[in-house]
Amino acid sequence: MLREQLRPAIMMFIFLTALTGIVYPLTVTGLAQVFFHKPANGSLLFASDGKPVGSALIGQNFDDPQYFWGRLSATTPPYNASASSGSNLGPANPALLEAVKARIAALRTVDPNNATTIPVDLVTASASGLDPQISLAGAYFQLPRVARVRHLPDETVRNIIDQNTTSRCLGILGEPAVNVLKVNLALDEFKK
Amino acid sequence: MNGNNVIQILFYLTVLLLTVKPLGIYMAQVYEGKPSLLSIWFGSFERALYRISGVKFEASMTWKEYAGAVMLFNILGIMAVYAIQRMQAFLPLNPLALPAVSPDSSFNTAVSFASNTNWQGYGGESTMSYFTQMLALTVQNFVSAATGMVVLVALIRGFVQKQTKTIGNFWVDLTRSTLYILIPLSLVMALVLVSQGTPQTFASSVKVTLVQPMKDASGKPAPEQLIALGPVASQIAIKQLGTNGGGFFNANSGHPFENPTPLSNFLEMLAILWIPAALCYTFGVMVQDRRQGWALLAAMLIIFIPCLLWSAQIEQQGNPLLTSLGVDQKPAAFQPGGNMEGKEARFGIVSSSIWSIATSAASNGSVNSMQDSFLPLGGMLPLWLIQLGEVIFGGVGSGLYGMIAFVIIAVFIAGLMIGRTPEYLGKKIEAYEMKMAALVALIPHIFILIPTALAVLLPAGKAGILNPGPHGFSEILYAFSSASGNNGSAFAGLSANTPFYNIALGLAMFFCRYWLIIPMLAVAGSLSAKKIVPVSSGTLPTHTPLFVFFLAMVVLIVGALTFFPALALGPIVEHLMLAGGNLR
Repeated sequence: MLREQLRPAIMMFIFLTALTGIVYPLTVTGLAQVFFHKPANGSLLFASDGKPVGSALIGQNFDDPQYFWGRLSATTPPYNASASSGSNLGPANPALLEAVKARIAALRTVDPNNATTIPVDLVTASASGLDPQISLAGAYFQLPRVARVRHLPDETVRNIIDQNTTSRCLGILGEPAVNVLKVNLALDEFKK
Repeated sequence: MNGNNVIQILFYLTVLLLTVKPLGIYMAQVYEGKPSLLSIWFGSFERALYRISGVKFEASMTWKEYAGAVMLFNILGIMAVYAIQRMQAFLPLNPLALPAVSPDSSFNTAVSFASNTNWQGYGGESTMSYFTQMLALTVQNFVSAATGMVVLVALIRGFVQKQTKTIGNFWVDLTRSTLYILIPLSLVMALVLVSQGTPQTFASSVKVTLVQPMKDASGKPAPEQLIALGPVASQIAIKQLGTNGGGFFNANSGHPFENPTPLSNFLEMLAILWIPAALCYTFGVMVQDRRQGWALLAAMLIIFIPCLLWSAQIEQQGNPLLTSLGVDQKPAAFQPGGNMEGKEARFGIVSSSIWSIATSAASNGSVNSMQDSFLPLGGMLPLWLIQLGEVIFGGVGSGLYGMIAFVIIAVFIAGLMIGRTPEYLGKKIEAYEMKMAALVALIPHIFILIPTALAVLLPAGKAGILNPGPHGFSEILYAFSSASGNNGSAFAGLSANTPFYNIALGLAMFFCRYWLIIPMLAVAGSLSAKKIVPVSSGTLPTHTPLFVFFLAMVVLIVGALTFFPALALGPIVEHLMLAGGNLR
């Protein structure tokens, strides 16, 4: 009974492998490269000299007070775009509390006069370790510091934040968020 | 819970329910062999495939022949995935020159992808070459989904046909599922994902210069970031649609490339439940009583909707330990607040909660946030939904045939109560069907509880734990629940890429997939041979709210009673410790 199914099994396996493992991904690649060239190749951002300085979708590590800081990253080293990972720390794990306390201390050290409470996304690690975005609250919390260090009026920095904020899709889905890398690139451009 | 949370949940459910009918009707057309646009275009291609492969496509198979073909095809798949991983260093499309995968991890992954589980002990971008991702993993994403769907269709034929020895042709069902349902949907989905930012390229990783240069651990400057790319979108599309869940990247759909925007997130969440929900409608069409399809869908929603609302409410409250550190977790206009550890800023709380419930109700297993970092009860809900047997939507096909097993149990219990021979859709349910349904309901329980108990006793099991205390137990319980439910999600802190876990979880996935498929096909064969009993005044109607509620309760009681003690040792005690502020 099974022996007569052997040939169909092997042949169908080969055909379906070719169809779903070669024809299908090649078709998607072809269409994607033609119609969506930039996103299909990683949404790269380029400096004025043409060098790639990052991807609009992949965060980078910032701990200099003149830049906005992103989410904590649990990858090694932080924001390792070749090995994504979350912290996977449970809510009661002492290691989680240590990481949160260390981030609070770092944020307070560079901005000792800021008495507002720290938004939660600035002290927690993202799912991917590569989250390019923070909440608007997380950006506004850092605004006075960045403006002060860069000697820019608050209004200017706020404009740059707003220009790099995405809102909810259809006003319903997801959350509004600020792209940290794009804001920092815009700040560096503005200086020149 | 704030207003937007409820609106997002309602929007998700509305769109899902609106799209169930068109897809459901289309799939019924495909399986009944009625002409559609695609079958007209590709019909001659389909028949050419059969001719070259030696498939006698007009011949219908007995259940034993059908089960034999399923097993043969799946074992071929397992062997191929194993071989490709072991040889990937010598195969093309390996720009990072990744070495062969270890034997135990290859075994685990081969079973995992063939059984539609997609448990991943490895990190995708740093383990699998593009060749392996495409020709081993993407292929199994398609055919494992199709395997689930064809077993369901064979079972439905068991109800529709009378006094027939056969239940259809496996090769025809398999080819049509792939060619007319899964490939077209995935193609569209993949292109939409690329438009949102998901890469689709064969180029190697790209090196960029960091805006703020970093120093590595030894203090040397590290001014660059290496960004992994690949043919991502084509795999993510089918991974979501086929309730597979195996990501291209380690962080799965939390990775900004796998899931770049709120729109991509919504579509991926919709894709998780779309085919499983629509198959309920297909069932109604094929048994020529659409109310029966709606009834099964309603029984699923009775359990699903409260879980959605509760999960969002739990995660929105935030972590009490962070509140005591003075962190602002309140939802406001400028932030989602809540428990943001392991969640992405663009998704916030509610998009992560909906996902965690959908992915565990269906046996998808992809994640857009790290479930290990959910609050104790927020993590318990997905764990518990898996333990219910993956019948609340469940896997494509497998969820509904599992639910029909519970229907058999429910009408049997109801039959005992009212003292009549139980029937479902005009077929008498007798001892044979009941035995097979009981196997389907009970086998996963064995493969969850016994290996979990062994793992917490053995050093090799305990070595994998990341989080201390009851959370560590939850990690192990989740791993075996996920493998046995063919789900694939994880409390990912558990270091499961060890020979012990790779082999134990691999065996759990194998037996809980194929030891359920074979009894269900046996039921299909047995029902097919029966005559249809006409409806009489003594027939228990199975489309009424009363039966829907009764069915949901049977699912809940079987699942809840078995696992309550285990859940009490893990997430429940952890919740009490966290709420009481007593962490020792």
